[in-house]
Amino acid sequence: MATVSDAPKASFRLSMLIYDTRYRSITIQIVVLMLFMAGAAWLVDNTVRNLAALGKDFSFAFLWNRAGYDINQMLVEYSNDSTHGRAMFIGLLNTLLVAFMSCVAATVLGVIIGVLRLSPNWIIGRLTTVYVEMFRNIPILLWILVAYAIFTEVLPAPNAFRGDNPTASMILFDSVALTNRYTAIPDPLFYRSLGNIDVGLFLISLDLLAIIAVITGSVLVNRKLLAHATAVQNATGVRPVTWWKSILILIVPLVVLLVALGFHAERPVLRGFNFTGGLDVSNSLMALWLGLTLYTAAFIAEIVRAGISAVSHGQTEAAFALGLRPNRTMSLVILPQALRVIVPPLISQYLNITKNSSLAIAVGYMDLRGTLGGITLNQTGRELEAVLLMMLIYLAISLLISAAMNVYNNSVKLKER
Amino acid sequence: MKNTVFLGTLAAAGLAAGLVSAATLDDVKARGELNCGVNTGLVGFAAPDANGNWSGFDVAICKAVAAAVLGDASKVKYVPTTGQTRFTALASGEVDILSRNTTWTFSRDADLKFTFIGVNYYDGQGFMVNKALGVSSAKELDGATVCIQTGTTTELNLADFFKTNNMTYTPVTIETNAEGEQQFLAGACDAYTTDASGLAATRAAFANPDDYVILPEIVSKEPLGPLVRHGDDQWADITRWAMNALIAAEEYGVTSANIEELSKGTENPEINRLLGSGEDNLGAMIGLEKDWAKKAIIGAGGNYGEIFAATIGESTPIGLARGLNAQWTQGGLLYSPPFR
Repeated sequence: MATVSDAPKASFRLSMLIYDTRYRSITIQIVVLMLFMAGAAWLVDNTVRNLAALGKDFSFAFLWNRAGYDINQMLVEYSNDSTHGRAMFIGLLNTLLVAFMSCVAATVLGVIIGVLRLSPNWIIGRLTTVYVEMFRNIPILLWILVAYAIFTEVLPAPNAFRGDNPTASMILFDSVALTNRYTAIPDPLFYRSLGNIDVGLFLISLDLLAIIAVITGSVLVNRKLLAHATAVQNATGVRPVTWWKSILILIVPLVVLLVALGFHAERPVLRGFNFTGGLDVSNSLMALWLGLTLYTAAFIAEIVRAGISAVSHGQTEAAFALGLRPNRTMSLVILPQALRVIVPPLISQYLNITKNSSLAIAVGYMDLRGTLGGITLNQTGRELEAVLLMMLIYLAISLLISAAMNVYNNSVKLKER
Repeated sequence: MKNTVFLGTLAAAGLAAGLVSAATLDDVKARGELNCGVNTGLVGFAAPDANGNWSGFDVAICKAVAAAVLGDASKVKYVPTTGQTRFTALASGEVDILSRNTTWTFSRDADLKFTFIGVNYYDGQGFMVNKALGVSSAKELDGATVCIQTGTTTELNLADFFKTNNMTYTPVTIETNAEGEQQFLAGACDAYTTDASGLAATRAAFANPDDYVILPEIVSKEPLGPLVRHGDDQWADITRWAMNALIAAEEYGVTSANIEELSKGTENPEINRLLGSGEDNLGAMIGLEKDWAKKAIIGAGGNYGEIFAATIGESTPIGLARGLNAQWTQGGLLYSPPFR
């Protein structure tokens, strides 16, 4: 007799939350979550109570108060009458400037060093190894300080350029002065400037916009020309000569525009205590840029080397067998495949550069940490607000960089079907 | 640096639960040690010697308070603070008293929630330049590069001074006095600005002090004094009167040489009250022993005048004149309320 009956239904008991494997993991997760939330709540509660006990409120109103202090490097308009919020914005721009400059320079330098490290040439290989080991094994703060100390102690003071027999002289046809405070370079100016447009937070130079537009247009036209050349080559097997056309397309419109705007460069001249008339690139920026670049380039070099090593040697041999020269093998065969391995860790390096730029305080470069987290924090006494705001801003910058790099990563990664 | 501020903030925000409620006096007694916030190193005011022993004009206040409260001037833990970290250190309870040439201002008193217990040095902001520049007045500094310590009132005064006189300048922000010295000596800035007393102390430490000149303009009022946290009036009283005891001692002629003799009793009832040799027990009113002020004066190394002469006075390399910091009877501003 075949009677199929249901298995006896076990009634649910509380102990099953621990002893029954079906529920155990969920139980543990819920307990951990509750502990975590309790911990967070304790921290917040403690903060609120202590702020109350100290008689302090939690407010960001200070951002709209007059700052009262000056900043030595600003990309957009700022004076001591501006608000603390504006000072924070100046600091943010300075952070972004040095981070961007360092990312670009570190990538270029890192790729070169990384490729050279694989060189069969014994001396080049060893030299680059020394570079990598030296720079990545010494704290970045020291590199920044060393660069700053060199700038400060070795270069002459502006005073040395004075008089009939100056002990220091300007370089590059008397247009650039290297001093122990800044590098004075010629300031690009326009006789017939198009003016500026106000976008609320800052002014944008129409001249700059026009130049960017012309360059973009030239590049697009040039790309079309090259595409056409490739099409002709594919059809006929003969590539038309394009180099002089490319040069014409890229250069002539820009030159015409600059002439039309009345472009000229104003040289820095020593007047009073300092050079005036030119643009001053402060040594703190240069030192920070150099430190960040040299240090991070060592890491990027290792990433690049690892990426290249990850491409099977058979690819190189196949490329050689096809008759490609070593240079073209590297640029056409190896690097594109290596990028897949290189880009993800490269993102972390860019994030590191951005965060390490907060070491700017060591050389008095007024970045976000120097304005919002430094002077503003001190003058207003709003530690909690300033530090929280600073953390939020760094988080936002980092997430933005991550997002942008992930988009790029998706475009170079292996397309699997 | 970043960590210090951050940790300090966390500590201020999150962990100070017990500190604000309990009385600082009890904490210090229980600990057997006074935590005193001082400068990271300013010769004459607060600087450690080769053996790590701190001495100086600001350090004397720490010693006086420690001697009054604990009976031993050596029971002080000196916490070096920069212009940036000092307020966080005090607010978070890391130090019990901050004695670090700090300017008494309205907003620090009211908004930062600190209590200034008095003024131990009346100062003003000045400028120091290299003699070779040929500058004789601060009003000739148009276009100059100026080194300045960040997180100080001097930062704001500097902006105001140049604005009032329609001049421009480039600030070079530095973190500590030592860094400022280095930048200034390397010629990375034309002028170095801070409180005139600080300039004198800094110049005294130079290899060739005579090559540098402190300009005559004093561009601000900088009443420097020790400070404690809001909310513990007993502790504020103790520290305030420990400092007043030093000032009063000079006024009444109590010195480290004659204090033992005077404390046996004198004809002057004010001295008797101060040194605890009379009937009145002032110490009990602030929770200390009867001879607390005597201990404070001995612990600090003498009365205000003696401390001044030994640390920053005209016979020291710093060579500061008493000026505003003379007793009110001598035409200065020092004036201790009566011990009664």
